[in-house]
Amino acid sequence: MLGENKIREITQQVFAFSKADQTEVIVRATESALTRFANSVIHQNVAETDTEVRVRVVYGKKIGVASSNDLSPDALKRTVETARAIAQLQRDDPEFQSLPLPQPVRHVEAFVEATARYTPEQRAQVVGVLCRKAKAQNVVAAGAFSTTATEIAVANSLGVFAYHPGTYADINTVMMTETGSGYASFTHQDARAVNVEALADEAITKALRASNPVTCAPGEYTVLLEEYAVFDMLNFFAMLGWSAQAVQEDRSFMKGKLGEQVMDARITIWDDGCAPEAIPLPFDFEGVPKQKVTFIENGIARGVVYDTVTAQREGKASTGHSLPAPNTMGPYAMNVLMAPGDTPKSELLKTIERGIWVTRFWYTRPVHPMKVLVTGMTRDGTFLIENGEVTQPLKNLRFTTSYLDAFNHVRAISRETRLFYNDWGGASRVAPAMVVDGFRFTGATQ
Amino acid sequence: MKDITARALNVAQVRGASYADVRVVARDTQRVAVKNGKVEAIQQDETQGLGVRVLVNGAWGFAASARLEMREVETVVTQAIAIAKASALVKARDVELGDPIVNKEAYATPVKINPFLVPMNAKIDLLLRADEAMRRVVGVKVTRAEMAFVRENKLFASTEGSLINQEIIESGCGIVALATDLRTGEVQVRSYPNSVGRHQQTRGYEFILEQKLDENAPRVAEEAVALLTADQCPSYDATTIILDSSQLALQIHESCGHPIELDRVLGSEAAYAGTSFLTPEKLGRFRYGSEVVNIVADATVPGGLGTFGFDDEGVPAQRTEIVRNGIFVGYLTSRETARQLGLGQSNGTMRADGWARPPIIRMTNINLLPGTWDVNDLIADTDDGIWMETNRSWSIDDKRLNFQFGTELAWEIKGGKKTRMLKNATYTGITPEFWQSCDAVCNEKAWVVWGTPNCGKGQPPQVAHTGHGAAPARFRRVRVGVIR
Repeated sequence: MLGENKIREITQQVFAFSKADQTEVIVRATESALTRFANSVIHQNVAETDTEVRVRVVYGKKIGVASSNDLSPDALKRTVETARAIAQLQRDDPEFQSLPLPQPVRHVEAFVEATARYTPEQRAQVVGVLCRKAKAQNVVAAGAFSTTATEIAVANSLGVFAYHPGTYADINTVMMTETGSGYASFTHQDARAVNVEALADEAITKALRASNPVTCAPGEYTVLLEEYAVFDMLNFFAMLGWSAQAVQEDRSFMKGKLGEQVMDARITIWDDGCAPEAIPLPFDFEGVPKQKVTFIENGIARGVVYDTVTAQREGKASTGHSLPAPNTMGPYAMNVLMAPGDTPKSELLKTIERGIWVTRFWYTRPVHPMKVLVTGMTRDGTFLIENGEVTQPLKNLRFTTSYLDAFNHVRAISRETRLFYNDWGGASRVAPAMVVDGFRFTGATQ
Repeated sequence: MKDITARALNVAQVRGASYADVRVVARDTQRVAVKNGKVEAIQQDETQGLGVRVLVNGAWGFAASARLEMREVETVVTQAIAIAKASALVKARDVELGDPIVNKEAYATPVKINPFLVPMNAKIDLLLRADEAMRRVVGVKVTRAEMAFVRENKLFASTEGSLINQEIIESGCGIVALATDLRTGEVQVRSYPNSVGRHQQTRGYEFILEQKLDENAPRVAEEAVALLTADQCPSYDATTIILDSSQLALQIHESCGHPIELDRVLGSEAAYAGTSFLTPEKLGRFRYGSEVVNIVADATVPGGLGTFGFDDEGVPAQRTEIVRNGIFVGYLTSRETARQLGLGQSNGTMRADGWARPPIIRMTNINLLPGTWDVNDLIADTDDGIWMETNRSWSIDDKRLNFQFGTELAWEIKGGKKTRMLKNATYTGITPEFWQSCDAVCNEKAWVVWGTPNCGKGQPPQVAHTGHGAAPARFRRVRVGVIR
């Protein structure tokens, strides 16, 4: 870890090198480690230390961006010079007004020393428990256990300086028999919170139950979607619909719908970068404090997230959801939380006469953005439900269905929620389990 | 940098590593993006660091750092050793790499025009011209054009005596037009030369010029608008389809490239990317496709995005048969997995995403070899079917059996002619059944080595750049259409 003072020093060095009208520096320092296991042994075990310094310079309305992970003064100077050279080749950006001015940023405690100091031996010990429990039940364990400490700082020459250290631990496991598999995962800011016994039991129990699956005919079914599956759905809503840029480009289902009922009345979903139960980041990559943004309130469309550019287009203020410059994706909801329901998860099953239990989705891809039509497979625990009970394991099914339709055909929402971290998007989500009617499966597999 | 690699190997040996390799990697990336007539992004990123892989007590450890300083080298190696010792606490047997491999050579991507020396203004002007040509088409909502260039210099050294210097250069570009109709809720997109941002090869700026982005821009935009009112692709339980070469390239990637990765087959990716239906007993006897299906993994093909001199274990680039006359005959291997399965020497497919990640088995260029048909003859020979072009969505299960793809554009074929444009076309199938239904592959005149610069695999995540040679091919009895 570099620490706030060292990072502030780096940003000051950059400002000293820059002759631009305005200058922005993003520093992202990461120390991460990951232990990977398969066939009930550790087969890959890694650690990484890196710091990226990203510089945005503004000359009039011309903008250049360059980055480097070399922290030497010469390299910082070179990075500033590269950004300047790029800016001078740029055309004027008529939409650019200014980098953000300083605003108070809330401090959110999200750094756990024990996670930052977690050792390879500690990870091996946890993985060892999973592997031993797997062997005892004659199943095969695979998965990964990662611990990460990050520091993110955004500073600009107008006086912005925001700094946030954070940690998270993420563990997932797939337990396999000859013919079936089960899954479990857990994410927390504190690596010590991992309950490895419970994690192993969840995945092993499911794997044993999933053995010798039978084929199920595609069609429309009532489904019990575990939190893992709902997590995937929240990702797609955030990616396809809850960005101001998607709305402005007429490719979001939220377009023209604010104030209208777009989901079941029991659905409430929001973004909160300061939520302590998620993986917080209280400001965005322009240093703007994150506002709590409600997307759906009791089923009614309420809002989307903005960065500076998309907000200015509508005469609004940024909600603090910018990604690092130069950002072509638009604003992004990084901390999406869905309100729990009032049904204990253990009772969701009882609401279903005939349906399918889905543990998680796999390889989901958008087919039609406005409909939030998505295709993908079920994985690691798919079961037939009859008269409120799991009766048979099923072979995986392909679905091609509208997630928006699914959120309009909700039968029940669990009282419990789970926290997830998305490696590829760097985002956290909090999701309950749900029972949904009319979920459309379009194919089976072997 | 040789002093750094020498120091790392020395420390590793002194601290008890039975094997160690070190890579010092510097990667420069340049990206220029234009959107709706405006230069949206110009960025230049550089990242450098070293990654050290050690075998201690028969188990792997890997550590990496961005700080290329002698003191840090010692820290990183010490960390890798400690990690390997922890790995050994949960192992079944010692890792074996087979015979030592020693190479002392250099490799550089052959380029005619170094893309990093081309003036930025020339790049911006070309993209703006293409963008402007798309924006002139009435009905287009969003236009984008982009270029990306990568230069990676890496020095590999191992305790077996290898010392390899490589410079890989990539150039990529693409344009996209998006058309929307709020009344119908329709969103249609057309891309050129390929979707998902761009087409990319290990070549210089000459590759960009050959793509003729500005000349193709009006057609791309017109097709996006035409798709808004095109007929919905009908659904069929079984019909004939012809895939254009870019869609076929992704089909190869997902349904052949991934299931032949031997780490997947042996279970190493079980929790994340998945396993494979191509289990070891099938090697040499399983009918993967029809007689006309011949597939190779070729890291030597000029321009391929999976073309290099040596992989990240120091093994020379090779051409390996994967499917011969429809029969599955080869895997992508590493030193460890080749040894484990008794397949002889590694065929050189261990590739790492930069300095911070360990090498894992990745595709090189997985190529469907050209057949004999001219494209026009193949269409003329098709009475009733659908031509599908440019990928829009893709999904496949964790064993790489059940897939579903959607394309940006489709054409109905009736009586040997393309008759009407169709939108939202999808097709789905089971991998070996699908490839066994292939009855025609077009010839080398239509054969292109497509680049896939976004292949994700591994934990922590790694992005690989892979290549796929393909010409249009015809498939019978395919299920089409699930959208309603």
